[in-house]
Amino acid sequence: MIKHHPTFALIQSFVQGDLPASLSAGIAIHADMCLACQQQIAQLTEQTAQASFEDSFTESFKMDEDAYLETEFSIDFDQMIADITENNDIALQETKIEKTITFNKKQYVLPAALNNMAFGKTAHIGKLARTRVQLNENEIHTSLLHIEPGGGVPEHTHKGFELTLLLAGSFHDDQGEYVKGDFIMLDASHQHHPVSTKGCLCYTVANDALHFTQGINKLLNPIGAFIY
Amino acid sequence: MMKAMQTDLRSDTVNAKHSDITEQLDHAQLCQWLSDVANKRDKQAFTLLFKFFAPKIQRIARNKLTNEALANEVVQETMGNVWRKAHLFDDQKGAATTWVYTVMRNVTFDLLRKVKANKEDTLSDDIWPITENTMLADDVFDDHLENKQLLSGIDKLPENQQQVVKGFYLMEMSQEQLAQHLNLPLGTIKSRLRLALAKLKVQLGESND
Repeated sequence: MIKHHPTFALIQSFVQGDLPASLSAGIAIHADMCLACQQQIAQLTEQTAQASFEDSFTESFKMDEDAYLETEFSIDFDQMIADITENNDIALQETKIEKTITFNKKQYVLPAALNNMAFGKTAHIGKLARTRVQLNENEIHTSLLHIEPGGGVPEHTHKGFELTLLLAGSFHDDQGEYVKGDFIMLDASHQHHPVSTKGCLCYTVANDALHFTQGINKLLNPIGAFIY
Repeated sequence: MMKAMQTDLRSDTVNAKHSDITEQLDHAQLCQWLSDVANKRDKQAFTLLFKFFAPKIQRIARNKLTNEALANEVVQETMGNVWRKAHLFDDQKGAATTWVYTVMRNVTFDLLRKVKANKEDTLSDDIWPITENTMLADDVFDDHLENKQLLSGIDKLPENQQQVVKGFYLMEMSQEQLAQHLNLPLGTIKSRLRLALAKLKVQLGESND
């Protein structure tokens, strides 16, 4: 059962379209598997929409009245209506094609939210394989991380945030077991050492390299950069 | 069912130039306009939708993008999508405001990505699908129901497409006969037929291919 969900604040920013694509996709993928969050998103979207189109809302951030009235006319609304309605074509609904991705000869269905994203080449270190999702979001790096059975990520912490969303399989750390759909958001205050007994595929988003904390593992800090 | 929820919020003085429509959220009215745009390609209904939504979208976009040109692009794109995608709105699934909000949010998101990440990708429709096209178990019709569904689908087509579809499929006229009968070029008959079929396909769900 899914036990880890995005916070209300994250869901709210998601609905408002204020999150980067990486995190937005993470929440969309989670919601696809989590009815509770799906309903919360639907409800929040309805409320946000309603509030957005009430006059009291849009007028609340009106600028200086004169400047406002002046710029209001910068669009010729009648012309725009004419331009739009000139073409009578309708947009056809696109058929969604299921895409797959393969790690170590195992095929996984790609979550629909990632359908139009570009992926880099897969890089391997031991039981870990990583494919970068090419989103161009500066310091925010997004990847698909595949862990072979028995593999894991050494004890580490991170300076920024690290989202791990389980797409398939499971892993555990000292906090417990995580399953498909779990949305695990960690920040610098967390330290963990996830291990996957049976193997798993994760969608990860991090905005800083992982930092390995224990003894010999410090030598592994290049892996931190690898995963991030 | 569409909730005809109305708020008590009245407009004050601004927007007097758009005073031909009442400035309160009349959900039933908005749904009606959207359905007129979808089914009749009704420009008057679109103009009313435009006058309701466009100034609000402009203000929201301006607040978010702080760039006049981009804000105007959001208005143009959003309202353009409303015109082209109105048939994908389903009032059984939510309010018109929710649907237009979703279209606007998606347009803004892709535009901001273009500016910030310098990427021309459109990810928003994957992240926030405009239409749910997951087929539910009770969406699988038997033949009889499907026929009924098809007929009511035909009735929802714009008049000029209805004529062609009914003539071709129900009266079994050839495309040439139809062209002659309706006094239209053959190409027009063909393109109307193609448009109508595409629309029916959407209505019936893709899995019935």
